[in-house]
Amino acid sequence: MNQLIISGSPHVHGEMSIKSIMWGVVIALIPAWLVSLWYFGIAALFVTLLAILSCVAIEYVIQKYLLHQEPTISDGSAVVTGLLLAFNVPSSLPWWQVIIGSLVAIGIAKMSFGGLGKNIFNPALVARVFLLISFPVSMTTWPRPIESRMAFLNFDGITGPTALGTLKTHLAMGETISQIKLPTYISLFWGEIGGSLGEVSAIALILGGIYLLYRKIITWHIPVSYILTSFLFAGILWWVNPEKYIDPVFHILAGGLLLGAIYMATDMVSSPMTPWGQIVFGIGCGVLTILIRVFGAYPEGVSFAILIMNAFVPLINRAFKPKRFGEVK
Amino acid sequence: MKTFAIGGVHPQENKFSASSPTEVLPIPAKVFIPLSQSLGVPSKPLVKKGDEVKIGQMIAAGEALISSNLHSPVSGKVEKVDDYIDASGYRRPAIFITVEGEEWMPEIDTSPDFIGEITLEGPAIIQKIKEMGIVGMGGATFPTHVKLMIPPGKKAEYLIINGVECEPYLTSDHRLMLEKPAEIITGIRLLMKALGVEKAIIGIENNKPDAIELLSKTAADYPGIEVVPLKVKYPQGGEKQLIAALTGREVPSGKLPIEVGCVVQNVGTAFAVYEAVQKNKPLIERIVTVTGSNISQPSNFLVRIGTPIITLLEKAGWNPEKAGKIINGGPMMGKALFSPEVPLVKGTSGILVLNRDEAYREKTEPCIRCAKCISVCPMGLQPYLLARVSEIGRFDIAENEYILDCIECGSCQYTCPSARPLLDHIRLGKYKVNQIIRSRKN
Repeated sequence: MNQLIISGSPHVHGEMSIKSIMWGVVIALIPAWLVSLWYFGIAALFVTLLAILSCVAIEYVIQKYLLHQEPTISDGSAVVTGLLLAFNVPSSLPWWQVIIGSLVAIGIAKMSFGGLGKNIFNPALVARVFLLISFPVSMTTWPRPIESRMAFLNFDGITGPTALGTLKTHLAMGETISQIKLPTYISLFWGEIGGSLGEVSAIALILGGIYLLYRKIITWHIPVSYILTSFLFAGILWWVNPEKYIDPVFHILAGGLLLGAIYMATDMVSSPMTPWGQIVFGIGCGVLTILIRVFGAYPEGVSFAILIMNAFVPLINRAFKPKRFGEVK
Repeated sequence: MKTFAIGGVHPQENKFSASSPTEVLPIPAKVFIPLSQSLGVPSKPLVKKGDEVKIGQMIAAGEALISSNLHSPVSGKVEKVDDYIDASGYRRPAIFITVEGEEWMPEIDTSPDFIGEITLEGPAIIQKIKEMGIVGMGGATFPTHVKLMIPPGKKAEYLIINGVECEPYLTSDHRLMLEKPAEIITGIRLLMKALGVEKAIIGIENNKPDAIELLSKTAADYPGIEVVPLKVKYPQGGEKQLIAALTGREVPSGKLPIEVGCVVQNVGTAFAVYEAVQKNKPLIERIVTVTGSNISQPSNFLVRIGTPIITLLEKAGWNPEKAGKIINGGPMMGKALFSPEVPLVKGTSGILVLNRDEAYREKTEPCIRCAKCISVCPMGLQPYLLARVSEIGRFDIAENEYILDCIECGSCQYTCPSARPLLDHIRLGKYKVNQIIRSRKN
């Protein structure tokens, strides 16, 4: 008999691992990715592959040559960051800006905080906001679906605004809601609209979300509270003045709200840990998103809303503890 | 179907030995009886080297308030009273006996007859249970007579019988329920009389439908005894979780079950009580499951206390070459043994032997704050936080975050996708916090 192994209980381990979680997220993103390939073609394929590749490469280089650690790229977390970064930019984004985005996501937002599990802010969103502020033109030039399928590098004449962008511009020009020509709910639902390459299709994002819930990678708390709060807040505004404020269904389906609520706000590392904390986080995200969209300078507020709420996570964790068994009040 | 509300996990059940009837294991040539077999103070030896002992003769007395009597499981000669190396590697005193013949104490009823009629009154029953060295058979080995003495000002309303066996692999309670239902029900009636309660609830998880059916049928004549099927969920066999599942009551933090009018006993304890009171038989043997990937014939054995564990492993066909880990108990809460040469004790409900390839822990990764540990904690704690503050020595935070409420069920560590050793750190934290609280009192 060989030497026996001694360790404390438990002696068995469940099936979930970091790898299974990260690859589970990748699987959940596949429907939305396929939709983006259908509408935005070669350029979408190029941007996603480049973002994934550069995120993984940058993480590898930083771990191996800068920090002299064992590289952990096989855990899949850099792949998820790369994929989500690509989902948050237009398919026409120049290649070098994609690489800068990856550098910001992995190098600044993730590794400088200490790597996986230590970052306060969602890396892909930090990169998106960085790009939006640094390259406002290319980050707000949106290739039109189907027409831009075969386009690569040159997108002249086949770009247009997003649904939220149209709304904001025309409202600023003094038009009322009924005068503005907006995409139909059907095209918002399937994704035949301009926008960041992964945010366009509501149905594909919801499908992936159901898969994440089924695999128990996310819980319902953040997506439901986020979406419901946005719906209620936008609904109240719409009820007050439907000619000035768009209806709540439009707010849910347009822009990055579903992508943000299901995939970005639920990022385990940068979201609260208790059910009530997650609900409060979701409510905060919803309120901020609608505030920015309706009253802010930018047409879209999802990224800012989630990043601002990320900063509140340590406080939320402190304030909302789980219900203890046999709690004595 | 009923279950507890907060947390819990569902590991693979792996009840390989569920359909293997209990086999009587032959008496070994030598036994050694550790003097510490229950929670509390070790028993005081009553025999010395060279003494002749009979089966069932008291050989050590539990004199302290929380302690228990020990009886010889064999007849023969006391070889020595000396230290042995216990399961944790510490030197502990034990009584070593060389087996000669098979001579029982005359007052013990060794006939197979079932005695259902109860003649003793409550206090006499408790006295008998104390004399016969009965301890909690579920693994915690708390002396049973102490649990039956209700503190002044409190009142017991329910006797809760634990037939849950929520640990994966283990089947000893399951087999006992199938093979000795009448004895278990009589034991429960004795416990009810001792406690002066009218109601007993037997909780059994619904992965044992045969046991649920059989005990329901056997208990049908006694309207005070109810069998309740429970949804399979670990750690339902934890006292507080079981009470919550069956009665909906929550034992307050830091308090005992009697606070909500409940006393919990294991089915194995109920059987031992039957034997002690009706048959005058002390606790000298028990059913043990021997199972795991390393065992060719997963079995349930009726074994005398003090039998070296290696005897059981050999009988069940283990493979010493491939064995990586020997666990006293189940995979969730059992203790890894450093050697199979240790003796079987009153609290051993199973021996699990895992092959080397599945005995190692997975590689630890960074915490990704997924909060799975929080969602599975049956006590509603924050395991990641408790582990972290214990790791960095902030025991003040650990205490304020109720680390002492932890029941060490291991659900957090089982679930952790990063395979972090959460319970290792929390155990250390509990130990330190207990130390700090003691030093504060002095």
